[in-house]
Amino acid sequence: MVVFSKNPIHSVLYLILTFFTISGHYVLLNAQFLAAVNIIVYAGAIMVLFLFVIMFLNLKKESEVHKTNLAKAAAVISGGILLVIFVAVFRKATFVPVDATNFNSQIGMVKTLGQILYKDFLVPFELVSVLFLSAMVGAVMLGKKEEGERNTF
Amino acid sequence: MKEVPEILQQIPQNYYVLLSSTLFIIGVIGVLTRRNALIIFMSVELMLNAVNLLLTTFSAYKSDPTGQVFVFFIMAVAAAEVAVGLAIIVMMYRYMRSIDVGILDRLKF
Repeated sequence: MVVFSKNPIHSVLYLILTFFTISGHYVLLNAQFLAAVNIIVYAGAIMVLFLFVIMFLNLKKESEVHKTNLAKAAAVISGGILLVIFVAVFRKATFVPVDATNFNSQIGMVKTLGQILYKDFLVPFELVSVLFLSAMVGAVMLGKKEEGERNTF
Repeated sequence: MKEVPEILQQIPQNYYVLLSSTLFIIGVIGVLTRRNALIIFMSVELMLNAVNLLLTTFSAYKSDPTGQVFVFFIMAVAAAEVAVGLAIIVMMYRYMRSIDVGILDRLKF
């Protein structure tokens, strides 16, 4: 429904619903930290940003020209072929069953993830902070008004 | 706790892989079908989430936390990318008055 609804606000709401269900799957898979982070970051921050932009640009209904029917049909057919390829590949794949003796039930918890994040993955962690800084600078730079531009859109 | 949760015993991994692939394909169809730049962006986020689900599945079934750490980094990168992407879309609206991606067909306007 995200991709098919005419009103972009409906798309955002369906996507928020999708994120909540994916967080539910994370809880099922014993990844509780990721479930909480998913809700906070994706459904809480990113989708709110999307809603801000949609309200800001005042898009109510999809009033633009749609793609030609041929393009839409080609898109759906290519997507369908890709799905068939995925299904065909994954039917042949054999998955290692869950190892009952080596199972560690603490891998989804915050403590274990935090320890691994700070011990083994420290360099990417710090680089992500630099990435955030550059993204923030970029976003502010892109949002600046040029000289001599009108004040209203 | 050493016993495997019954969720992991009962749901085979195939189902989660299929679910993740389906979400990914829906995202791909969304990117290819729509002309609204915001909807395309949201479909890209849907694709990223499908991959997150797949990584978390394998991390849970193999008791390897590397997958979940990778998901954490993917979420961080996606958040930064959304910030910059939305700034670009706002700038596009400011110049073109429309966020139809079909009008972006030349290098300089």
